Amino acid sequence: MQELINRAKELLADGTVARVLGWREGDMSYNPEVAYFNSAEELDKFVYNGFCAANLSKYMIEASKLEGKTLVFLKPCDTYSFNQLLKEHRVDREKAYIIGVGCCGKLNVEAIKAMGIKGIQSIEIDDACETLTVKTIYGDKTVAYKDAMLERCHVCKGKEHMVYDELMGESRDTVDAERFAEVERIEAMSPAEKFAFFQAELSKCIRCNACRNVCPACSCRKCVFDSNKFDSAQKANVDSFEEKMFHIIRAFHVAGRCTDCGECSRVCPQGIPLHLFNRKFIKDINKFYGEFKAGEDAETKGPLTNFTFDDVEPCDAVERG
Amino acid sequence: MDMFKIAKADLSKLLAAIAAEQDLFVPAKVAGQTNFTLWNEETAVDLDTLKTVKSPKDVFFPQSENLYTVKKEDKKYKITPEELCSRDFVVFGMKACDIQGVKVLDRVFLADPVDTFYAARRAHGTIVALACGEPEESCFCSVFGVDPANPDADVALWVVGDDVCWKALTEKGEALTAKVEALLSAGDEAAVEAKKAEINAIVEKLPYADLDLEGWHGDATKEKFDSPVWDDLYKPCLACGTCTFVCPTCQCYDIKDYDTGHGIQRYRCWDSCMYSDFTMMAHGNNRTSQLQRFRQRFMHKLVYFPANNDGMYSCVGCGRCVDKCPASLNIVKVIKAFKKEEAAK
Repeated sequence: MQELINRAKELLADGTVARVLGWREGDMSYNPEVAYFNSAEELDKFVYNGFCAANLSKYMIEASKLEGKTLVFLKPCDTYSFNQLLKEHRVDREKAYIIGVGCCGKLNVEAIKAMGIKGIQSIEIDDACETLTVKTIYGDKTVAYKDAMLERCHVCKGKEHMVYDELMGESRDTVDAERFAEVERIEAMSPAEKFAFFQAELSKCIRCNACRNVCPACSCRKCVFDSNKFDSAQKANVDSFEEKMFHIIRAFHVAGRCTDCGECSRVCPQGIPLHLFNRKFIKDINKFYGEFKAGEDAETKGPLTNFTFDDVEPCDAVERG
Repeated sequence: MDMFKIAKADLSKLLAAIAAEQDLFVPAKVAGQTNFTLWNEETAVDLDTLKTVKSPKDVFFPQSENLYTVKKEDKKYKITPEELCSRDFVVFGMKACDIQGVKVLDRVFLADPVDTFYAARRAHGTIVALACGEPEESCFCSVFGVDPANPDADVALWVVGDDVCWKALTEKGEALTAKVEALLSAGDEAAVEAKKAEINAIVEKLPYADLDLEGWHGDATKEKFDSPVWDDLYKPCLACGTCTFVCPTCQCYDIKDYDTGHGIQRYRCWDSCMYSDFTMMAHGNNRTSQLQRFRQRFMHKLVYFPANNDGMYSCVGCGRCVDKCPASLNIVKVIKAFKKEEAAK
């Protein structure tokens, strides 16, 4: 972490960048927040550890409008989002100085709490990212790092950065699950079971819009759901149809552009596995158009925005079930 | 009033007895998350989870509710007002912070002009509260004068060993006790006092126990409003409505029409000061930046509300925003940031 701070100070001092976009230590071990740093002094509060899960790519939309370059730290999976935003002309490559940072998987404090751990006073992460020492007012606990990881890290796309100016820090392979296993489990359900599954999950939705607001693919200047001319409230589900409509429309809208960064599920206050919608689309796109990874580069046209005569016929898609 | 008790193992009998005569809301786990829900025989009651994701405020002030329906019949419009709550109900397992939240809502909805929808629910609702056995690190209710060991409800409950102790605190609570008395036996006042002492000892150890509210009061608008602290604080905010929708005291709502095809349903729903169309008026919006919207929320809780309500804050220290904000921002960080700024001056 100190190397990152030192390098950021250098780049600020020599005028390469005007500011730094990173994470600042929180008031608890597990809640660092996204922050801009404008001076070497401010950088003393910079932090980079397992709890720095936030994908900073989307913040670069606003940073692209500022004077001068912004140094941004991107984890491997964040770089897919950045490329996708570049492709959609939402961020300016010239305004970004990207340090690709290593990643040992990111942590989810909800996973730690789900183990019955309460009253957390501090969480210490060992250097090897193997073990967490959790001090609580009800006694100390030890947790294996991988048991506290976000879902997305168990099915990581890979630790290679797709876009960067320089790379720093080590990564570690964190894959220990099959990415499409949960999608396949749901595909195998009967229509009634599928309906019951999504009904139970989506009726928890409180329409906070956190999934949309954090999503790098949801970068419309004004969302249709925020329009007061649209006959659907952005802030409440009028009926059980609307519970589903919002999420299904969003999933369709980001299809072919979603990089599976997993931010939607990370931020959902109700723990809805929203990534499953997007992953289903990714699986289908792979099947019908060949392997495609949104954000792998900033040039290739996505299969859903690029018509070719070899495209799958709609009837084939209907049969997919 | 007398202390009663019931074995934890018999709680389901108690709930069934309560539900026999009225509606019953309980914290229950659905698809992995615990929220208040209407009880039935199959409900997976969860009294172990300290905080429900959403506060139970929507028992009294639902996220969305119809106000009236307009239906076109021939060439006439028929307007049918929504009926007020007329059925008694019990909310079981509310915590002290959430009850303080209801008191905040009372200030808003029971003041003139009285909100009849809310008032009807308050009149028909009986609150059975559960003292907090194991407060969590995000809790700071004591900072706002709330005692998690002594919930101020119609009936208070304490889990002591394998028993749940029961004490009525109001007339409504006495009435409910009378209905279920057959299931209760005499409780031990001393054991409950020991439990309270235990809870209070934990509260003192909580990391936010010493949060300092100095400088936050009804007359602080001038010094807080234009502070440069906001400019740094708001930046990670995603402008989502999580903090406002999980909050037990956020009470802003919007009124909207839902097109039913042959008329409209006029309903109200929770609004969020984080949203771009919040308080939108014919002339436009009086808060056009996220900085302004972010500032509004905290100024309302800690300055404007106390200014209009005899110093009462509209934060109760439940810590849901601490737990749930996707950008790890919350009212504690706001209070601390101002403290730091003032110390640096």
